[in-house]
Amino acid sequence: MKTIKFLSLAALTGLFFVSCSSDDNDPEPVVEEETITTMTVSLVPQGGGDTITLQTRDLDGDGPNAPVITVSGNLAGNTAYDGTIVLLNETETPAEDVTEEVAELDEEHQFFFQTTGSIGSVTYGDTDGNGNPVGIVFTLNTDTAGAASITITLRHEPKKPNNGTLSDAGGETDIAETFDLTIG
Amino acid sequence: MKALLFVILLTVIPIQAKSQDCNKVLKGQITDYHSKTPLGGASVSVVDKNLEVETDLNGKYSIPNLCPGQYQLEVSHPECSTIFIDVEVSGVTEFDIKLEHHLEELDEVNVVGDAINDKTNSAQEEKLKLKTLELYSSGSLGDALKELGGVSSLNTGSNIVKPTIHGLNGSRVLILNDGVRMQDMEWGDEHAPNIDINTTGAVSVIKGASALQYGGDAIGGVIVMEQAKVPVKDTIYGKTLLNGMSNGRGGNISSELIKAYQSGWFIKGQGSFKRLGDREAPDYVLSNTGIQEIGASLQIGKRQFTWGWDARYSFFNSEIAVLRASHIGNVDDLVRGINSGQPEVIRSFTYDLQNPRQEVTHHLGKLNFYKRFEGLGKWSLQYDFQNNRRFEFDVRRGERDNRASIDLELTTHTISTDFKWDANENYQLHVGLLGRYQENFANPDTGVRRLIPDYEKFDFGAFILGEYQVSDQLLLESGIRYDFNRIDAKKFYQTSRWEERGYDTEFQNLIIDDLGTQLLVNPIFNYHNVSATAGGNYEFNNESNLKVNYALAQRAPNPSELFSDGLHHSAARIELGELRAESETSHKISASYQMNSDNWGFAFEPFGNWVQNFLLLEPSGVEFNIRGAFPVWEYRQTDARLLGLDASIYSDWTNQLRTEHRFSLVKGRDISTNTPLINIPAANIRNKVTYVKPEWKNFEFSLESQYVFRQNEVPDNITVFSPEQQQDVLLEINTAPDAYHLLGLKSKMEFPFGNGTNLTTSLVVNNLLNTNYRDYLNRQRFFADDLGKNFIIQLKFNY
Repeated sequence: MKTIKFLSLAALTGLFFVSCSSDDNDPEPVVEEETITTMTVSLVPQGGGDTITLQTRDLDGDGPNAPVITVSGNLAGNTAYDGTIVLLNETETPAEDVTEEVAELDEEHQFFFQTTGSIGSVTYGDTDGNGNPVGIVFTLNTDTAGAASITITLRHEPKKPNNGTLSDAGGETDIAETFDLTIG
Repeated sequence: MKALLFVILLTVIPIQAKSQDCNKVLKGQITDYHSKTPLGGASVSVVDKNLEVETDLNGKYSIPNLCPGQYQLEVSHPECSTIFIDVEVSGVTEFDIKLEHHLEELDEVNVVGDAINDKTNSAQEEKLKLKTLELYSSGSLGDALKELGGVSSLNTGSNIVKPTIHGLNGSRVLILNDGVRMQDMEWGDEHAPNIDINTTGAVSVIKGASALQYGGDAIGGVIVMEQAKVPVKDTIYGKTLLNGMSNGRGGNISSELIKAYQSGWFIKGQGSFKRLGDREAPDYVLSNTGIQEIGASLQIGKRQFTWGWDARYSFFNSEIAVLRASHIGNVDDLVRGINSGQPEVIRSFTYDLQNPRQEVTHHLGKLNFYKRFEGLGKWSLQYDFQNNRRFEFDVRRGERDNRASIDLELTTHTISTDFKWDANENYQLHVGLLGRYQENFANPDTGVRRLIPDYEKFDFGAFILGEYQVSDQLLLESGIRYDFNRIDAKKFYQTSRWEERGYDTEFQNLIIDDLGTQLLVNPIFNYHNVSATAGGNYEFNNESNLKVNYALAQRAPNPSELFSDGLHHSAARIELGELRAESETSHKISASYQMNSDNWGFAFEPFGNWVQNFLLLEPSGVEFNIRGAFPVWEYRQTDARLLGLDASIYSDWTNQLRTEHRFSLVKGRDISTNTPLINIPAANIRNKVTYVKPEWKNFEFSLESQYVFRQNEVPDNITVFSPEQQQDVLLEINTAPDAYHLLGLKSKMEFPFGNGTNLTTSLVVNNLLNTNYRDYLNRQRFFADDLGKNFIIQLKFNY
């Protein structure tokens, strides 16, 4: 008898614990500090004229939507443009300027410019503390009229100095975008 | 009662004093404690007197011509443990004795146990003994388990080793650590079991879901790690293991001490520490692959035959650096990694553990109580608590390197109870109940979107298992289990993702808050799962037996399969869970034919596993963001079939020379699409020669060759657009590496110092020929070769 009492008690204990209470606090949303949503490249012609803006913008970050790429207009032929890059994190309000952070940590960052078609050259306009190029500021020279493209890549922790190619630089890609341009 | 005794004593003492007439008789019956059946052939002897009698068929004994007084009896039976009892003899004394024929409960094992029982009778089951485990003291559980047929591993480098049974791992393989089911985020590919191999005394692997007492969802199998039994006697003993390792230029130390008392009390303490620097492939340093591990446990309890309890606490902390070259930014980085043939980052050797790395801490506390009921069986009750904290540190921009990108805390409470009726010789019944509460907290301070959300989980389980000894040859068993799982999660979805997945049409009612670009969603899902098993074991003669088993198992989807959502840098992939996932249902049929004769034996073990709603994670396409292209890995449910075979044969050519040969094969197929399953281990053959010479200080030497075939059945590769190359490129993400062959050797000697202390030295060499190879089931195979030559020297002191 005692045994049976003991066992039924044991079985009952087994049934109790399912009733646990839960607190209903909702989790906080995460502030995505490191995301870069937007890269805006301003090209100002050195002799005066229309500023051309290239932009890639992906407001959902790692979400399913692809970045939206816009080019404000055609570039003039045989012209030198002063280029500057601005990076934004627009998941935060107000948007955070990530360019400042890259500039501050310029020794572990570098922009790379690959071009096709009617672009003559891209030269770096800035250097890091070790005298190696960064690429937030650059100069772009167009050739005669025609089609062109420019691929801008930002690498984190690349080999520095490198020979200017992506494969030699290594590191991790933070930004990689191609803009199709018309010159002339 | 006391009064009566007093009266008896009063009457006895005067008689003694007067005459000492030694004509008293002690008689009685000896029965089995459980079944109360009489035990014939038991011997009863009077200690310090040359008197010994045997019981008759009815278990009766009688010792004549005793003087009145106090005696000590030694009672023994071939199938029982020997006991000593004090008895007072006066006149004709009736004294009945109960013997315990379940030897395992009062194990008289002196050092530590090789004595472990089968967990099932009819399923495929294999064990690793302490001797083998000790050789892997400086490795991991996953490394040691690969000694067994049909067990392989899914690796992330060489320090993160997830055991794989018959091609399945993760949530499909349960790990029981001293009776506690591990709750350590087993859902992730790069999450290894948080267990110090040095804490365990023996490991059993059940290759399937037949051991329903542990859980109903073991579609792959169950790994049961047990503590060595502590003897019930006054003793103190311990051991220390010291390992030095050439590859990684480090080693580990592990020590344990046990104090036990005749009364059943015992206390056991254990601790270990491991430290390795960068590991090395034959041609280069695998930069950032060091590890540090700290483990400690303390156990205290009292074990008696009729009842007992124990309390245990264990702590485990590991900090594992992850190959620097495996941390990448987008598909182009991955393509570059795959094509370059060697890691992009090769630095000189260091002990530093840098980012990317992971740091995991696991606390486990357990309280267990058992009581035996005469003529019925054994009841036990257990509460356990687990806390698992995981940090993953990525290579991040700026000052964020010291802030984890993943910060999860999983807390689990479990109460379980079971009762085993073992009173009858011919059948046994085992019933149990389980309740579990689990809570996961994902810290938002990481600054990275949560990969796994906050959730609460409730589990309830009930099982009944029975076995019936039909005849001396045939034993049948069957069982059924019911499990209820409820998961209550709160997760933020990006609105764009929610819509892209089509959840806005099916799950719109789950939304509890709309933040514009993000939605807070509260999915509450219930799963009802039934599992069952049936099988038999037939002994043909003393040499061979046949086991056949069928197991039905159902497994509810885990949090990762349901909710994963985000970018995984270590693989440059976006992982997406599936809210619509249903429970997997597996039907597994396995058979095992074993023969062991005097000097040779073999085992032949085929299986087939059909899984409906099999959940798998595989590359499905590409998504673009500002960083470029990323392969998307999606969870998908399909019907799968796994067929396989484990076979082994050994022969003792002389007393000194033995050869062993093993072969394992698994074929996995998605039967809905008729394509191969991803991550199925390749076939492999192991051949081993062992030479022993006991006269030379127990000298043992073995040479082993392992040949791993190329996995020829893999899913198709995917094509992705490369922004860098401005064209579509083939991403060879599923291409398997070439076959490889490795040689290894082990040797061992023992030096007894007398007075119970012992020194054992051993040398293990892995990858003796320094072969370059990559393994299909190593997630870092895209970036680097596997480990080169490794010398491990071990000193073991038993005291």
